[in-house]
Amino acid sequence: MISMTDNEKFFLQAVLAILGFIIIAFLIYLGIIDEYTAQILTSAAINVIIALSLNLISGFTGQLALGHAGFMAIGAYSTAVLVMQLQVPIIVAILVGGIITAIFGFIIGFPTLRLKGDYLAIVTLGFGEIIRVLMINADKITGGAAGLKGIPSFTKNYALNPTLSFIWVFLFLIGTIIMVNNLIKSSHGRGIISIREDEIAANTMGINVFYVKMFSFTLSAFIAGIGGGLYALFFGYLNPTMFNFIKSCDFLVIVVLGGMGSITGTVLTGFILTYLQEFLRFFQDYRLVIYPLFLIIIMLYKPNGLIGLIEDFQKWRRKRFPHQKRVLKAGEQR
Amino acid sequence: MGELRFSHYSFSAMQRGETMGALQEFLQQMVNGVALGSIYALIALGYTMIYGIIKLINFAHGDILMLGAFAGFFVLVAATVTPLTFIASFLVAMLICALIGIIIERTCYKPLRNAPRINALITAIGVSMFLENGARVIPQIGPNPRQFPTFLNVNYDFAGVGISRIQAIVFLVSIALMIVLNITVNYTKIGKAMRAVSYDRGAALLMGINVNKIISFTFAIGSALAAAAGILFASAYPQVEPYMGIMPGLKAFVAAVLGGIGSIPGAMIGGFIMGIAETLTKGFISSQLADAIAFGILIIILVVKPSGIMGRNVSEKV
Repeated sequence: MISMTDNEKFFLQAVLAILGFIIIAFLIYLGIIDEYTAQILTSAAINVIIALSLNLISGFTGQLALGHAGFMAIGAYSTAVLVMQLQVPIIVAILVGGIITAIFGFIIGFPTLRLKGDYLAIVTLGFGEIIRVLMINADKITGGAAGLKGIPSFTKNYALNPTLSFIWVFLFLIGTIIMVNNLIKSSHGRGIISIREDEIAANTMGINVFYVKMFSFTLSAFIAGIGGGLYALFFGYLNPTMFNFIKSCDFLVIVVLGGMGSITGTVLTGFILTYLQEFLRFFQDYRLVIYPLFLIIIMLYKPNGLIGLIEDFQKWRRKRFPHQKRVLKAGEQR
Repeated sequence: MGELRFSHYSFSAMQRGETMGALQEFLQQMVNGVALGSIYALIALGYTMIYGIIKLINFAHGDILMLGAFAGFFVLVAATVTPLTFIASFLVAMLICALIGIIIERTCYKPLRNAPRINALITAIGVSMFLENGARVIPQIGPNPRQFPTFLNVNYDFAGVGISRIQAIVFLVSIALMIVLNITVNYTKIGKAMRAVSYDRGAALLMGINVNKIISFTFAIGSALAAAAGILFASAYPQVEPYMGIMPGLKAFVAAVLGGIGSIPGAMIGGFIMGIAETLTKGFISSQLADAIAFGILIIILVVKPSGIMGRNVSEKV
């Protein structure tokens, strides 16, 4: 086998990913992948975007946030209102929606992240609930409890809609993955991870803990807002009850099952769980009992989630088939 | 988290707006607030004790309240409502919830005592969701709200300010439980051990205190108080449903932070302040803002005095 450097490997992966993306888009265009499957893929991608934003604050920074459905709601409603009432171009509306959400994130994060401890979890949880109450009461803008109908989609051409939605959402997904991945590998990202590992040690090493947490949380809110904007345009209908606590927990389940602080894990479980959810519709009530059981069991026995399982498997394989010896990377365990 | 319906608000004992002066209206809301606040205080005590001893926000606390309310509900449905069965429902609910609290602590939280804090928090969220949605799929409980059997309501009138019988019961039971708790924590051996463990777990272990037993005992007391609060809450808003514990749980947590988390007198004061703030908002500003006011208060405390009213300022040590 030809040995590759990490750079070449990354390049190959990127080319394969782009090729796969183009092929799937083409298949949807030709109708070989039917509209229903395309819809599941697109909504899974939106879930992954928001789960990645939650992973950034909870998985990488180690601060539990429980109100991402609230951020998603702000992004969704602001994008919808901008597109519907001000006729702003879609891309601008999505980005402005993200910025508005980021401002809310900043306002919540500022008093909360100064403190050590678990206040963020409670504040974000309360925030998610308040946002829903406010959305119901601000019925002049949001349509109240009846919801907001007739949000224009990515394109007016009905036949092209599945393909274009897929392309729009996946471009944002790829952008998010690249952004989070590069952030984590930068010096900022090392600061973020060091806070998760040990806040005091990070502080001693000269990392401005409050600033880095705020940065991570605001960015997380921004990405979640963008995800919400995509959600609004994709589904075309918004209702405050869509953004309840269960929605926030869905993202948490994706992050925890995939493995906290793993981008690959979040992407994989995001797609798998969204597909399963569609598949097991009759299971709806029991899903809400089984998900929390998963959360508890994973936290007790396998805090690394799916990625931890894959790593275990690789370790086992290396032990079982020792002839495939290779050089261990720095920090890797045998 | 489902819809939170507290539409029929039977705490406001009277609706006689035109004959009531502003002062009486204010006093009336104060009475309602004190009754509601004493329930919050009971719940907040559980939060603050559990936080004090293992530094964990027990998200499942509100759901233990729900289980307690349902335990009381089944007792009161099986028997007719008399003072005796009412007391019996308290005892049964408190016992069951104390056991559930110990089981949850032993199975879910104990293995994570030395894990990163976020893991324990996620487990607590998991336990909370499991209890809520587990209750929803059990056919005996089910997702729909049920009428909670309670005493016939009687209003006692004091110069235009009405106090309902249920409000009086709520207040008296809460005060009695708080006194019992205070005696337990401050004047018994096990209470001394609890204070020692919350002060320094390692040192307590070295002094020969059985830390595991004390932590379980704390969970048992906290859960029993939540169960009592659950029955009181359910008899005040006479209905029970699986999601009923979420909002009072959250507000009581805010009360615990307001009073200074980890401090028992703080939780009591915080609970009363929260209750009064909520009813005053309902009475004078807007009933829809009442749920939002709790989180407004939380943000203000976190900005102004994060250690709370009775909290000690702990300087950070490395």
